[in-house]
Amino acid sequence: MELAIHTDVSDMARVDGHGLSAPHKVTAQGVDVFYGDKQALKSINLDIPSNTVTALIGPSGCGKSTFLRCLNRMNDVVEGCRIEGMITLDGEDIYARGVDVVHLRARVGMVFQKPNPFPKSIYDNVAYGPRIHGLAKNRAEMDEIVLTSLEKAGLIDEVRDRLEAPGTGLSGGQQQRLCIARAIAVEPEVILMDEPCSALDPIATAKIEELIDELKQNYTIIMVTHSMQQAARVSQKTAFFHLGELVEQGDTTDIFTKPFDERTQAYVTGRIG
Amino acid sequence: MENEHIVTSFDDDLGRLDGIIAEMGGLAERQLADAVDALNRRDVTLAQKVIEADKQIDLLEEEIDNFTIRVLALRQPMADDLRAVVVALKMAANLERIGDYAKNVAKRTLTLSSMEPVGNATASIQRMARQVQGMIKNVLDAYGAHDIAKADDVRMRDEEVDLMHTSLFRELLTYMLEDPRNITACTHLLFVAKNVERIGDHVTSIAENVHFLVSGEMPAEERPKSDLSSETVIEEG
Repeated sequence: MELAIHTDVSDMARVDGHGLSAPHKVTAQGVDVFYGDKQALKSINLDIPSNTVTALIGPSGCGKSTFLRCLNRMNDVVEGCRIEGMITLDGEDIYARGVDVVHLRARVGMVFQKPNPFPKSIYDNVAYGPRIHGLAKNRAEMDEIVLTSLEKAGLIDEVRDRLEAPGTGLSGGQQQRLCIARAIAVEPEVILMDEPCSALDPIATAKIEELIDELKQNYTIIMVTHSMQQAARVSQKTAFFHLGELVEQGDTTDIFTKPFDERTQAYVTGRIG
Repeated sequence: MENEHIVTSFDDDLGRLDGIIAEMGGLAERQLADAVDALNRRDVTLAQKVIEADKQIDLLEEEIDNFTIRVLALRQPMADDLRAVVVALKMAANLERIGDYAKNVAKRTLTLSSMEPVGNATASIQRMARQVQGMIKNVLDAYGAHDIAKADDVRMRDEEVDLMHTSLFRELLTYMLEDPRNITACTHLLFVAKNVERIGDHVTSIAENVHFLVSGEMPAEERPKSDLSSETVIEEG
């Protein structure tokens, strides 16, 4: 991977559309991403406010997942992937020299499309991250982290009496909440979610959506979703990607009631663009 | 936006909504014209026909209600589609009320036709009704063509209806002062005039919804209002 081009960012806390000075948890400035010769993202500028849910929407292949994966440097491991521009977390360049990627990924957690619990017990799934990062001094502290994380993920009541059972034995929706508990356990600040409900039934989906709504009190959440209704239900901000460009971003209500750009309009209404 | 939906039956649904609204609008416009014509010509048969025909508008409103609920549930429309469905629902309610007012004019026509005519009042009412009919026609055109300028124009023209209503109000008060035997007929005519004035208000509301349908925002500009009938006093002598 080539090094990012760094531009000056001195005004991390800028004025948002409401005339209030809001600090942005994550910002992207002029981000270009290439897979070999193919450009997947073109000059993306996006500010993501703290303690909100931001939905990234757009047709398959539009670059929204690529963008999401840039935010915790998951693309580093992709062969031939090159990123230019600047992405900051709390005003600090995450692609700067000397940034500890493992530490970055603890601050910016990720939940994937398909629930992917480790082939370990429910307890160990959640304890895995804290153990690696040395967050617990003893068993009592680890118990505390595991139980609190399971509680925050809305799973504790369903698993309290079988913490030693394998995580893979849970239902799909429970597994996804286990993955969220696992992400929460390392005390991240940002949680990235890549279509977290696409493999779940409507009831499990509703539980995850309810959970996302609660989690935004303490975390900044950025989620990719293919469900317009889901984006409209759970997010406060929405960004629409199309053919590698960020076409439109704004308040979710505006994007779904009176989008500005014709391409957004065509996409959210299900028209041939 | 002209592009077709990927799911073509959704286009059929939206087309059907437009079709029912156009049919309702045409009927409402016709009902007002017939009701006022019957009043002016003291035509009891035509008035009776207007009363009967109101049921058709009611049925169409019911059809819109049921159909929009279905579209909302099954299609979960977004952006301009959402606005189209919500506006159709609101317009149907306005048009249904317009039909009710026309029906009430027809009912009073049955009563008035058995009484002595009072001055030129019915001719003045007909002039006012023609203005409102023009507004209904234009607002339906504006809806069909997504013509925001035309909708805004209709909205502004309601002021003329208000002025006519105030003037009619004074005229009818004068007839009552002249001869107390006019009071019964004039009271009915006051309601008739008020009905036509209220129809104008519903047309204005439709015009605002057409503005919203096209732009996503309600008209910002304040509308001039000139109905002073509520403050009008005529001193005796």
